[in-house]
Amino acid sequence: MTLDQIQPGSGGIILQVGGSGALRRRLLDMGLTPKTKVMVKKIAPMGDPMELSLRGYMLSIRKEDAAKIEIEVMRDGTGAIGTGG
Amino acid sequence: MAQVLLALAGNQNSGKTTLFNALTGSNQHVGNFPGVTVEKKVGIMKDYKDAALVDLPGIYSLSPYTSEEIVTRDFILQEHPDVIINIVDATNLERNLYLSLQLMELQVPMVIALNMMDEVKKSGNSIDVEGLSKRLGIAVVPISAAHKNGIGDLVRVVKQMVKHPSELPHCDFCKGEVHRAIHAIAHIIEDHAQDSPYPLRFAATKLVEGDALMRQALNLHEDDVHIIEEIVTSMERSLDTDREAALADMRYSYIEEVCRESVHKVNESYGQLRSERIDRLLTHKYAAIPIFIGIMVLIFYLTFSLFGAYLQEGMEQIITVFCEWLAQVMAQYAISPWLSSLILDGICVGVGSVLSFLPIIVILFFFLSLLEDSGYMARVAFVMDQLLRRIGLSGRSFVPMLIGFGCSVPAIMATRTLSSERDRELTILLTPFMSCSAKLPIYGMITAAFFPKHAALVLISVYLLGIVVAILSALLLKHTVFQGDSMPFVMELPAYRIPAFRSVLLHMWEKAKDFLHRAFTVIFVASILIWFLQSFDWQLHYVQDSAQSILASCGSALANLLAPLGFADWRIATALVSGISAKESVVSTLSVLIGGGEMELSAALATMLTPLSAYAFLSFTVLYMPCIAAFATTRKELGSWRGALFTAAYQTLSAYVVALAIYQIGSLWF
Repeated sequence: MTLDQIQPGSGGIILQVGGSGALRRRLLDMGLTPKTKVMVKKIAPMGDPMELSLRGYMLSIRKEDAAKIEIEVMRDGTGAIGTGG
Repeated sequence: MAQVLLALAGNQNSGKTTLFNALTGSNQHVGNFPGVTVEKKVGIMKDYKDAALVDLPGIYSLSPYTSEEIVTRDFILQEHPDVIINIVDATNLERNLYLSLQLMELQVPMVIALNMMDEVKKSGNSIDVEGLSKRLGIAVVPISAAHKNGIGDLVRVVKQMVKHPSELPHCDFCKGEVHRAIHAIAHIIEDHAQDSPYPLRFAATKLVEGDALMRQALNLHEDDVHIIEEIVTSMERSLDTDREAALADMRYSYIEEVCRESVHKVNESYGQLRSERIDRLLTHKYAAIPIFIGIMVLIFYLTFSLFGAYLQEGMEQIITVFCEWLAQVMAQYAISPWLSSLILDGICVGVGSVLSFLPIIVILFFFLSLLEDSGYMARVAFVMDQLLRRIGLSGRSFVPMLIGFGCSVPAIMATRTLSSERDRELTILLTPFMSCSAKLPIYGMITAAFFPKHAALVLISVYLLGIVVAILSALLLKHTVFQGDSMPFVMELPAYRIPAFRSVLLHMWEKAKDFLHRAFTVIFVASILIWFLQSFDWQLHYVQDSAQSILASCGSALANLLAPLGFADWRIATALVSGISAKESVVSTLSVLIGGGEMELSAALATMLTPLSAYAFLSFTVLYMPCIAAFATTRKELGSWRGALFTAAYQTLSAYVVALAIYQIGSLWF
């Protein structure tokens, strides 16, 4: 499953970050690395971008970019915020 | 020049500016360093007069993709600061330390200023500062920049480090395959790195990451490149991931390990929880946009009506009184008429009319820095992104464009907050299409003369025209001049914070200073130029009647050019030219040239224009190049005359094309 398909309030663990160039590098630099827990908090009023929570902070990315991030869904949805992986 | 050079580096939203202000006081200026295009603030340290502190751009990493990141790493490597002060947000340690690890690789003495420690404690969490310091191998000083706690300790540690240069940060935080690859490559490039400004380990790490700039800078032999790529490929194969992900993963894994040992987190950060609560409303599915509109309406009302109008009037009065006094003095000393005209009609009127904008700009920037420093601006970008990406921009461009409806000058200045150079240039070009408040007198004049019954409708259509042309221009330019990708929209939504009063004041002062500086340089010269054109004829005789001036004859020449648009009268052309000094002067010039009050003006306009050509004239005034103050701002923000002239030419050309289309197509019906 890719990150853009996750409903607000649920989350998962990143398996792989696709894409290329500046975008991919930026995603990695901001902490979206494999094995990281990430949670979808919200979708912007006009349907895009989305608000994520990871590594204890909030990040906003567009859905088309989120579609490049493969994740394994976590059912409980808790504990996405916090230090440590 | 100070003997010691210090650099302040850190993430955006980490409190960097607050710390910079706390360390330097009001003792700041914008510095220029060779080979660096991005403006940087420099300040002398308050409690360490020998040291100059450079405020580097707020960045998240040292990847070679954004100009800020490249500037930061080049600055550190070329200027060799004695110490890097790396500010780190303690409530967001993991992501902040990612930059720290990369800064450590630059092999410059470094201290971490662990900011917002008060909030960590308030949330019931704790950080083992000593343990963190030991684990990272560099000094860590807990501070709270907003409350000025720990600043003294930080300065003491920095002084100590300058006096007794100890060992450099050791940064062996890699393991396994990545470790092997870095060391193998370091061995190969050792000689090349010695001849370059780059530390060996940094260079090797960047080559593992596939950094193209580094490959060029090191001037590697083809065989070496081949071997390096082979090492990397084998690393990728055994890790089952690619080079970039491998290194990001390595750094974050190390950080997670460090945090596990030294961070004791029992509760969610207090600020984070508060932000989530606030965002439930401010980015709410249905409430977000109305709230945003409400906030902007309030700001506009306060700026342009409530405070701004009074202050602007007051400012105008001060200027008038001063000019009258000056006129008296000059009359007393029997100064020659042309000189007194130069000073009064040229400089006082020109600089004065621009100076009268000062209160509005200061007030607007007061509110804007509240929005920016509180963290709300990021939410605006979040909410509006979808709308603007259709025209190739991102949500960040929304606020500058909105300010454009008030005044283009602060709007163009506000594009500073955009991180992408391309988005910034495009936004600067489009912003003047948002009809500024100084154009209102023109609309008033035309609607009173031609559309008294449909004034509101005409006014709205004119504003919409500006917006539509901006959208079409964005679509056109996206595929031509401003090709290339817009920066990926990967934006932090920082926790809401109460803005530091001092920072807001300093910010206002900076903008005011900036504006005053321009008023007395570019605008000063421009005023003299326009006065000259208005007061002399081609034989350089001083003329009393401006109808004989160079400006008027330019106006006549221009009138032929404007004939296809439906307004061939030389007085209208002249008024449009004088509108370049300030948009209000379109009206004042017309009244001077026609000679008479409002009634005569309406009557005279009726003989010069038809309702159709009057509408074409209106659309021309909305779109053509902004006033000289906005033009000067554009030049400054774009950093080039070429860019500014292109922008002005584009705007004027689109005004011409649109007015032509309206008049010619309209003539078929009316």
